[in-house]
Amino acid sequence: MAYNFQFSGLLPYLQNLVDGLVTTVVITLITTVLGCLLGTLCAAARAGQSSFKSKVVGVYVELIRNTPFIVQLFFIFFGLPALGLRLSAWEAGTLAMVINLGAYSTEIIRAGIEATPKGQIEAAKVLGLTRFQTFVRVVLPPAIQKIYPALTSQCIIVMLGSAVLSQISVQELTFAANFIQSRNFLSFEVYFVVAGVYLLLSIGMRQLFNGIHYLVFPNLRAQR
Amino acid sequence: MKTTKLFRNSKTILGKCIRMVGAITLSLSALSAQANQLSAIQERGELVVAVPQDFPPFGSVGKDLQPVGYDVDMAAFLAESMDLKLKLVPVTSANRIPYLQTGKVDLVISSMGKNAEREKVVDFSRAYAPFFLGVFGESQATVKSPADLAGKVVGVTRGSVEDLELTKVAPSSVTIQRFEDNNTTISAYLSGQVEFIATGNLVAAKIAERQSNRDLVSKFMIKNSPCYIGMRKSEPELLSKVNTLVAQGIQSGKLDELSIKWFKATLPEELK
Repeated sequence: MAYNFQFSGLLPYLQNLVDGLVTTVVITLITTVLGCLLGTLCAAARAGQSSFKSKVVGVYVELIRNTPFIVQLFFIFFGLPALGLRLSAWEAGTLAMVINLGAYSTEIIRAGIEATPKGQIEAAKVLGLTRFQTFVRVVLPPAIQKIYPALTSQCIIVMLGSAVLSQISVQELTFAANFIQSRNFLSFEVYFVVAGVYLLLSIGMRQLFNGIHYLVFPNLRAQR
Repeated sequence: MKTTKLFRNSKTILGKCIRMVGAITLSLSALSAQANQLSAIQERGELVVAVPQDFPPFGSVGKDLQPVGYDVDMAAFLAESMDLKLKLVPVTSANRIPYLQTGKVDLVISSMGKNAEREKVVDFSRAYAPFFLGVFGESQATVKSPADLAGKVVGVTRGSVEDLELTKVAPSSVTIQRFEDNNTTISAYLSGQVEFIATGNLVAAKIAERQSNRDLVSKFMIKNSPCYIGMRKSEPELLSKVNTLVAQGIQSGKLDELSIKWFKATLPEELK
């Protein structure tokens, strides 16, 4: 079983791969920032005192975590136009990813929040901090610290999941690969290259998250 | 004595051979006397036509197990115009030309496209059915050529022939959205995500069958490969008869009628 690799056949399509890579990176950055923000807000609502907000968030989280991503994506892209909301493929794809990451990160961050000892919150109350101050300064930082590795993994999973956006014609990395192999039929070569690029992206993303961790939590530097 | 017997034997064999050759020559001359296939058909009173059975809407098996489709109606139209009985022979795309070459059928009306290889062994009539890749959109959209697509969004199935052809002819300002398969491309059009789609007229006919708030009509062709009626080579009488009838059918609107019935669209201008 010898396979004759013809990587030179990919050279004319280098620009497609670069464009695809840029799109994947941009979408991932937007998704990571907005998704984690959404997750934090929802986690706060879920852990908060309002049972109505908590229930609404609960429905959202259960709905997203128990349906396939591609179905959510098709729902937004093909379904919403029927209700009068037409998003471009790019917008629909990014929105679907934000909503998806939001739901998963809600549960992850909530776990961190619930792990905060009651005593700390009571101490903050005694010191006269408002509820907002308590959440932002006392509850959230240690919560994020605890769940940081899990959150990192979830963001990487969502980045890898962006490959699905090629189904609705978002021109990201996997789309570029599919496009190229439909033109030159060098499928093994192109997926070989793209798999390598995804691997590098994942490693790079993990390094980036570690760097942010290093900057944001100076108190933990000694441990590393 | 022995020799004579042998000689007599061989003589008999020789005689048989001579008789056989004579018979072959005779039947050959009989064939050449009846070289005009058209008059042979008319004498027989029956037109034998090869039609597809596995390629709707050109030809498929209907509810009562009889062949139905555009090609079948076309064969019926020809037989009726020539005042002949019609005999349909279901064929596949692989065996339709052998059927014709071996004289099992008079005509092949089986969604057959023209190419150089086939033209060596088959004579083709004028085009009788549309088969093309084109850009389709809503009826009110004013697009008549690739240049008119500038700034528009066109959906297409990635890697298909229409994708390659559209990529060649579309101006650079066209946004070509490439989808995974035909059904996704169709959904993108029906949900309004793309203004136009590039596809084949058969796919478009299928979409038109669905109840939808968006209609779908042909805007322009990007690759035209219409269907022709095939017949044996060097039968000018039959060829001209078929050509005349097809032209009549187009003029009288009969073929338009068939086209609307089976393809949900009138015949394209290029065919008329």
